[in-house]
Amino acid sequence: MKLVDRFMEGLDAPICLTWELTYACNLACTHCLSSSGRRDPRELTTAEAKAVIDELEAMQVFYVNIGGGEPTVRKDFWELVEYATAHRVGVKFSTNGSRITPERAAWLAASDYVDVQISLDGATAAVNDAVRGIGSYATAIKAMENLHAAGMAGFKLSVVVTRQNAGQLDDFEAIAQRYGAQLRITRLRPSGRGADVWDELHPTARQQRELYDWLARRPDEVLTGDSFFHLAPFGDGLPGLNLCGAGRVVCLIDPIGDVYACPFAIHDEFLAGNVREPGGFAGVWRGSELFTELRRPQSAGACASCTFFDKCRGGCMAAKFFTGLPLDGPDPECVLGHGEAALAARDGAAAPPKPTQDHSRRTPRPRPCDESPVAGLARS
Amino acid sequence: MLDVFDESRAWAMDPRVALRAESFGALAYHFGTRRLSFLKHPMLVAVVEQLGQHPSASAACDAVGVPAARRAQIHAALGTLADTGMIVHREGEAA
Repeated sequence: MKLVDRFMEGLDAPICLTWELTYACNLACTHCLSSSGRRDPRELTTAEAKAVIDELEAMQVFYVNIGGGEPTVRKDFWELVEYATAHRVGVKFSTNGSRITPERAAWLAASDYVDVQISLDGATAAVNDAVRGIGSYATAIKAMENLHAAGMAGFKLSVVVTRQNAGQLDDFEAIAQRYGAQLRITRLRPSGRGADVWDELHPTARQQRELYDWLARRPDEVLTGDSFFHLAPFGDGLPGLNLCGAGRVVCLIDPIGDVYACPFAIHDEFLAGNVREPGGFAGVWRGSELFTELRRPQSAGACASCTFFDKCRGGCMAAKFFTGLPLDGPDPECVLGHGEAALAARDGAAAPPKPTQDHSRRTPRPRPCDESPVAGLARS
Repeated sequence: MLDVFDESRAWAMDPRVALRAESFGALAYHFGTRRLSFLKHPMLVAVVEQLGQHPSASAACDAVGVPAARRAQIHAALGTLADTGMIVHREGEAA
């Protein structure tokens, strides 16, 4: 049996998983995949989070991608990172950089098992701040300066590719080089608040082609989170797993312990269970009805007759779901244009589903933060 | 270009590498480089696990009972693991 078929059937434990530690965030990015902003009172306690780490250690999940919200705003964040690494669960965390002080950068540089991913969605302040908020470009650059000065080599500079920044790939590469970082480019999904801006932000068909060629020329240099498998019909596919790993090799634990099939699918339809249940996370991963179903052969539906189906396998489940397309049909960004046709045919039908969790702030941020995302924050 | 894998030398799994058994073989994760590798055959997993106990990689293959027909395949896989730092020369036992 080919390896890829084994993955389609699911593994006893995820290869890696995403763990959003809090819905609280000091930014309000327009495309936030988890509709973050306000903390949820039901978020896992320190003790509960440590129990999850114990389970991950027992299941030999080698590392977790921690995100949020902004995970570093949790008071016990560094304690949890230390606990995980002491238990042989490596940590890579995503941050907007606001808490990466020179002192913290030195601490990170000294830790073998922790990796940092700084989010930046424009190679210029104008492009970045339009999406991530005023001042967020400067904050991210400062964090990278601190990491570089502390000798933290190979941290990640993480970019969600959009119509506005698709022309800046070389510039992002130069920024990464300047700070000794590795560039990571991932796909914009219409998840969370991303659904509200997807029409304006998602790359054009021509940009997708250029992006594929650009990435294909840098197979070892640039990471992609294996997120561009929908572009595989352009050639031989990019390095990594060219398939949807949802519920098979990856999943999401959200701040309140809910387990979803993937980080981009925060909706009841993709909710497998909760880590607070008696069987814990392992029970959900191994026994949930949803994950069992996802590990069965999936119908190719409208894509069955396409000669490229073996390459893209119909693309991203979450991208289809949140644009209101059937799951057994083309990806909205299908490179053959079938997605555009499907989107056009959808018009007039019911509105696309909304995420089940929405922690966006109800009102715009208070004034000082309109100037600086870190205004008023205690420096740790 | 890296050297061709030398199976007459003494090798071992890097101490920062952890293996997780899977139906197809094993997942190998290097905590230092954060690189993930797939060991796509149980026989390769056995060889990698035993490398540290034998004076050479070929002796480890003998101990596991790798048949002649599979030798080239295992050799190539070990070469990839060496290139990516998953397995390393044992100190003090240079050829």
